[in-house]
Amino acid sequence: MRRWLLPVLFLAILIGAWQLAASSGALADLLKLESYAVASPLEIAESLWQSRSLLAENAWVTLREMLLGLGLSLVVGVVLAYAMHLSGVVRDTLNPLIVISQTIPILAIAPILIIWLGFGIWPKAIVVLLICFFPVAVSTFAGLGTADPEATKMMRSLDASRLQILWRLETPTALPYFFTGARLAVVLAPIGAIFGEWVGSSSGLGHLILQDNGQLETARLFASVVILSAMALLLFALTALAQHRIVTWR
Amino acid sequence: MRQDTKMPAETEEFAGAIASPASARGDGATVSIRNLGHSYGELTTIDRLDLELPADGVLGLVGPSGCGKSTLLELIAGLQEPSQGEVEVGGALGASGRLAHCAFMPQRDLLLPWLSAIDNAALALRNRGIRRGEARNQAKQLFERFGLAGFERARPNELSGGMRQRTAFLRTLIAGKPVLALDEPFASLDAITRAEMQQWLAGALDADPRTVVLVTHDIEEALYLCDSVIVLSARPMRTITRLSAPTPRAADRDEAVTHPAFVTVREHAMQALREGTK
Repeated sequence: MRRWLLPVLFLAILIGAWQLAASSGALADLLKLESYAVASPLEIAESLWQSRSLLAENAWVTLREMLLGLGLSLVVGVVLAYAMHLSGVVRDTLNPLIVISQTIPILAIAPILIIWLGFGIWPKAIVVLLICFFPVAVSTFAGLGTADPEATKMMRSLDASRLQILWRLETPTALPYFFTGARLAVVLAPIGAIFGEWVGSSSGLGHLILQDNGQLETARLFASVVILSAMALLLFALTALAQHRIVTWR
Repeated sequence: MRQDTKMPAETEEFAGAIASPASARGDGATVSIRNLGHSYGELTTIDRLDLELPADGVLGLVGPSGCGKSTLLELIAGLQEPSQGEVEVGGALGASGRLAHCAFMPQRDLLLPWLSAIDNAALALRNRGIRRGEARNQAKQLFERFGLAGFERARPNELSGGMRQRTAFLRTLIAGKPVLALDEPFASLDAITRAEMQQWLAGALDADPRTVVLVTHDIEEALYLCDSVIVLSARPMRTITRLSAPTPRAADRDEAVTHPAFVTVREHAMQALREGTK
């Protein structure tokens, strides 16, 4: 109860204060802006309803990019983690490269992806992948290494092969770690999709945000942000639910 | 093995129920250690150790903490290779051969929390490629005999300490290896449960004899469960004395450990242990 009530209450107070500040003109005065450049929560809600079909259309585009990118991230992250866990050569080769991959500014290479892959879903999914595989790979790899060495000895003594130890001992041990990485990936995915859309797109919430920004459609811009945040929250909740269903022993 | 404990009627059925491709009943393997030395870098943990154990013999290893008892057990079980000398189990000298003859039971029960009690017990069968249903069937019969009936589906965190230890022991037995390497199997239990488990293990070994190497801190436990007990010194490990357990022993543990002959041997062992700790 408390876990839900406190943040909801606090959020309600913030929104209430924002509403007061915006509708009285105090916020616009403070920011030295015209009143139309400042949207109040009620105006955002109104815009959410009025532009619902436009928002839904574009949200669907962005959601698909996020899901495709996340799916790729989980596969690539897990495969890299297992390869590094099983082979010292792979580990020593890839470990530094994976870290280097995260030092590359994504915004800098996103235009190249557009040139290579066109304006469709793929360059966005690849940007999501580049951001999101990292937490999955790093935490799954760490999790695979946390199996109790005594349990490994026990398994060897019970005639387990290397692959059986991997499947029956190390993989279940790593599952909670994998989910920690997956939850991080899920909240990073909208950032990747929006980056991808900003560099080159004809639809999607990122595309809409850019347009609304240019036209000072502040209320609808915030409406897009609300939807993005809601999609990420939903994916986060689904991931947590999956973890709860699968990791039943914690 | 001792002939004085109970359960003669159950013995035949019991032995038949154990899935043991490698060992028919009473088919333990010999263990012999010759001129064994082991060191980690500069640190010598074992120095020229010799040891003979007949098939179906139950040997206790008692010594001060950190003397290398657990290392010795892992060497026997084929989990490590010695720095020098030979360890031979059932005629096998290499680590993989020893591994094939030994079932190692670590100090903590290490039940896998994501598996039910019965799936934990059946791990060795699953590792040999036996299908889950068949593996569970084989393990289920033993659950009934070992007083775990009704707990097959329980997760380890739902079991008491004694039940966890029984499940871990079953897991070791079901592997069907001729040699059991037990590393302080009852150290984590409270005094009453430990006494119960010792009596239980004595019964289990009577029903299904194996060669056993039991590492323990507890001299009483060693003398009650084993045919002979070796008292080891602090590092570098060497044998101080080898004692035979007093026979015949009473079936009841409390009776056995208070018998005058038992008390005398225990005093000898304590004396030797004090000598080795100096």
